[in-house]
Amino acid sequence: MNEILDKIKQKYNAEDVTVQRERLAFVTVAKDLAIDAVTWLRDYEGFSHFVMMSCVDWMEEGKFQLLYLLHNPDTKIDIGVKTYIDRENPVMESAHHLWKQIWTYQRELHEAFGIDFPGSPRVDENFVLEGWDDIPHMRREFNTKEYSEKTYFPRPGRKTYDPATYMQEKLYPNQPVTAKRKDNDK
Amino acid sequence: MSEKDMNSKVSEMLARSEANAKNSGKKFVRPEDEEREVVAPDGSIIKVNPIYDYFSGARPEEEKPRNGIVEKFLNWARAESIWVLGFGTGCGSIEIPPLVTPRFDMFRFGVQMRPTPRQSNAFIISGYLSVKTLKRVIRTYEQMPSPKYVLALGSCTINGGMYYDSYSTINRLDHYIPVDVYIAGCMPRPEALLAGFGKLKELIKAGKAEKANEYARNFDWYKANQKKIVKDWNMPDYNW
Repeated sequence: MNEILDKIKQKYNAEDVTVQRERLAFVTVAKDLAIDAVTWLRDYEGFSHFVMMSCVDWMEEGKFQLLYLLHNPDTKIDIGVKTYIDRENPVMESAHHLWKQIWTYQRELHEAFGIDFPGSPRVDENFVLEGWDDIPHMRREFNTKEYSEKTYFPRPGRKTYDPATYMQEKLYPNQPVTAKRKDNDK
Repeated sequence: MSEKDMNSKVSEMLARSEANAKNSGKKFVRPEDEEREVVAPDGSIIKVNPIYDYFSGARPEEEKPRNGIVEKFLNWARAESIWVLGFGTGCGSIEIPPLVTPRFDMFRFGVQMRPTPRQSNAFIISGYLSVKTLKRVIRTYEQMPSPKYVLALGSCTINGGMYYDSYSTINRLDHYIPVDVYIAGCMPRPEALLAGFGKLKELIKAGKAEKANEYARNFDWYKANQKKIVKDWNMPDYNW
């Protein structure tokens, strides 16, 4: 485990190395080195299984964080290669040539976050939503409640109760309501 | 599958995606729905537009009740054979299989499951409904022969339930297709579903389950609501 992390650090200037468990570690590399690092791990270090690819929206920092999680079936080690890309102009080098399942992951990220992967096959096609015409729905500035109210005819008269307070009032009306519960009841 | 087959499949997919990107102007028409020329059995060439030629474009029509006792007899007969379409949406679809087991046994009420919309007259919307599924639901509902009934199962169909603020699930089912019986709960037990069938039978016998006619009467309103949220409308207005 430490060997491989040292190698990544040397080769790709990996920062922020986190060893989560005995056989799971995450490294952060620069945007233009990320695909290189993934390719090197696959071709030279035996990380032949691609587990998944995901994205985290860091809205306050103006960044998207991409994660490529790889697995080595011989040593049973997982390594997550993280990289940051710009949120305003989200373009990332496509990795579709490494594993074919990356097509689908990139298609999903393109729909959910609006990240562009130039050259990735079928990346423009619909993934889970059909005919979506708003901003990508997993970006954090997308207000799902507002969209739902505007689009789906909300039924008037809907009320929300804090379950704990409501049940206490209904079932044990004589007991005093605790202060914490009172705050929640709005 | 051999490596060669795999590669040829991949190159085929690539070619198709390139073709799609070129025709992005009409991106909602699927390749099988595009206008094309086909060769008839006698050798002549016919132009076909599948969306309009393979379906009837006619609007639904209201069906007037028969005279007095005839309609009563028909309603009694309809109430005793409710054939449910096997179509599950959301978590409620898991409540339907127990009804076919000896424990709940819906067959004793004349209720049974059918595999195709053409053979069924009751449609259970079993829980939350995403826009993507709603499109299929509309298509399926319109293909069912009239008289047809809709049971809405669970709070998601009533006011959105716990998914009321989701961007992809609808809030009120009755704005898109007419609903005869609501069964409240999250999720309702199979007994509640049986009670719902009982209520539906009462309504049919009383001649009040006329929602298919209501759909025909308010067709424009329903279509406007449906088209407001189904953005990639690539089917005819009425799919009968």
